[in-house]
Amino acid sequence: MKVLVAVKRVIDYNVKVRVKPDNSDVDLNNVKMAMNPFCEIAVEEAVRLKEKGVATEIVVVSIGPKVAQEQIRTSLALGADRGILIETDEKLESLTVAKLLKAVVDKEQPQLVILGKQSIDSDNNQTGQMLGALTGLPQGTFASEVVVDGDKVNVTREVDAGLRTVGLSLPAIVTTDLRLNEPRYASLPNIMKAKRKPLEVVSPADLGVEIKSTQTIVKVTPPAQRSAGIKVADVAELVDKLKNEAKVL
Amino acid sequence: MTILVIAEHDNTALNAATLNVVAAAKEIGGDIEILVAGEACAAVADAAAKIDGVSKVVVADSAAYKYQIAEAMGDLVAELGAGYSHILAAATTTGKDFMPRTAALLDVNMISDIVAVESADTFVRPIYAGNAIATVQSSDSIKVITVRGTGFDAAPAEGGSAAIEANATDKTSATSAFVSEELAKSDRPDLTAAEIVISGGRGMGNGENFEILYKVADKIGAAVGASRAAVDAGFVPNDMQVGQTGKIVAPSLYIAVGISGAIQHLAGMKESKVIVAINKDEEAPIFQVADYGLVADLFDAVPELEKLV
Repeated sequence: MKVLVAVKRVIDYNVKVRVKPDNSDVDLNNVKMAMNPFCEIAVEEAVRLKEKGVATEIVVVSIGPKVAQEQIRTSLALGADRGILIETDEKLESLTVAKLLKAVVDKEQPQLVILGKQSIDSDNNQTGQMLGALTGLPQGTFASEVVVDGDKVNVTREVDAGLRTVGLSLPAIVTTDLRLNEPRYASLPNIMKAKRKPLEVVSPADLGVEIKSTQTIVKVTPPAQRSAGIKVADVAELVDKLKNEAKVL
Repeated sequence: MTILVIAEHDNTALNAATLNVVAAAKEIGGDIEILVAGEACAAVADAAAKIDGVSKVVVADSAAYKYQIAEAMGDLVAELGAGYSHILAAATTTGKDFMPRTAALLDVNMISDIVAVESADTFVRPIYAGNAIATVQSSDSIKVITVRGTGFDAAPAEGGSAAIEANATDKTSATSAFVSEELAKSDRPDLTAAEIVISGGRGMGNGENFEILYKVADKIGAAVGASRAAVDAGFVPNDMQVGQTGKIVAPSLYIAVGISGAIQHLAGMKESKVIVAINKDEEAPIFQVADYGLVADLFDAVPELEKLV
C-alpha cells in the first residue's frame, strides 16, 4: 500500500527562541531549522511499515519555502521513495495546510496518511484532524502503536487517562506521539542516494487551493520571566520555607 | 452571542476541566450552553446544569458517543455548533482529538490551548513550547477554541439551574470504532487538578525508586508526575508525563526531583506558583526557575522530606 507522510520544517527543538523587539513574531533569522520531531517519527513509522512489507511506496510531502526541500531530502535519506514540495513563502494556517494536503491525498490516493501530532512552533495539534474531516477519513491521533491488519488499522492512542485503541478502516489518518518509535539516523550513502530520488515541486495554485487567512497575530511577547529563587542548605530549611514563607505546605 | 461548551466526562462524572472552560466562556460573554454527548450520561447532564452561569444543557445520549470517538463527535458538534458564535472545549486529549475535525467541517480555523480572553474575537495562547505568547485575532464566523484549564479559575460547580434538553442525533461512525482501553489506576489526585505535584526525572534511576515519591505524595496529598526522560526510560506510564507533549500543570507547589529542566518540561509546569528543585547537579537549568533549590542527592533528600512534612 501507499503511505503519504507530511513533514514540516521548524526551528530546531533545542533552540531557545527570541521574540522580535517589535513584538511581531519570533526571530527566525539565522536560527537552526530542522524537521519537526513528531514528523521524524511519522517518517520512521512509514519506513518500518515498508520494511515489514506492509507499505510498498512512501511519498513525503512538505509545504513551505524552497528550503523545505532539505527536510524532504532528509526524509528520502531515511527511506521515503519520492517527495512533493508545495512551495509557498506565505505563512499558512492549519486549515489551509489541511486543504493542500487533501488535494495531495485526492491525487495520490494513499491507504495511510501519517502526520506528527503537532508542530513544535505553532503547537496547534490540528492538521491531521482537519485533514480527516476534509477527506472524510477516520483518524487515529496521538498514536503510540500502529498495527495494519488487512483493510484495517488498529491505532493505540495516548489519552489523558492512559491508552485507548481504536480500529479504523483504511484508508485512514494517523498522527504520531513521541513514543511511537525511535527515529533512525540517515547514513551517508543513503543521503547521497536521496539526492537522486524524485522531488516534484508544485504551487498551491496548481492544486487549486486558494490561500486565505482568517487569523491575525496581534502581537507576540516573551512569557513572564521567572527568576531564580534561593538555594536552601538542607531539607529542614526547605520544609520550613515552604511552610512559613511560601505557605504552600 | 451564544457559546457552546462541550462537556468533558466519562459518562458517569463531569470532568473538572469543564468548569475552567465555562470560566473562559464567561469572559467572552454571552449565553452559555453545554453539550453533553455520551451514553447513559444523565448524571453528567445534571452536574452540568448546576454549573453557575449555564443557561441550557443539551444531552446527546447514544452509543455513538460513549467513547467520544472523534468522527462521531466532530460530525455532531459541527452540526449543532453551526448556530453558535463560539464553540469551546477543554484542551484535553479528547478536545484536541475532535475539535479540529469540527472546525474543518465548519470551514473555519481553530485556536488551540488559549490561556486568556482579550475580547470575543481575540485570544492569547502560548507558542514555541511556551517560550512566546501570541495574541491572535480571528475573523472566522464561528470561533472554535480549546481552553487550557490552568489559564482560568474554575467556574462554581453549584448555583445554576439550567434546563436540560434531549438531542436525538446518532452520528455512529462507519469507519472508526473503539477496540479497548488500558487506564492507569491511581488513588492520588488528578495530575492536572492537584494542588501539589511532585515529579521525578531520569535521576530517579528506575521505576521502583518512584516509591519514595509516592510516599511523600500520599503524605501531603500530591499527584505524582514525571519528565519525558523518566517515561521514555520506562520508569512510569506516559499519562504521568508533564511537558509540552504531556500534561500542562499549574499547581500551588511543584517539586521537581532529579529533573534537569529541559525547555519541553518547563513548558508543562512553569506556571506553577512555587517551584522546588531537588537535584545534585547545581548547574541544572531547573534551578533557574525554581523558587527554592536544594542541591542534594535525591535518595537522601526525599526520604528526609517525607519525615519532615
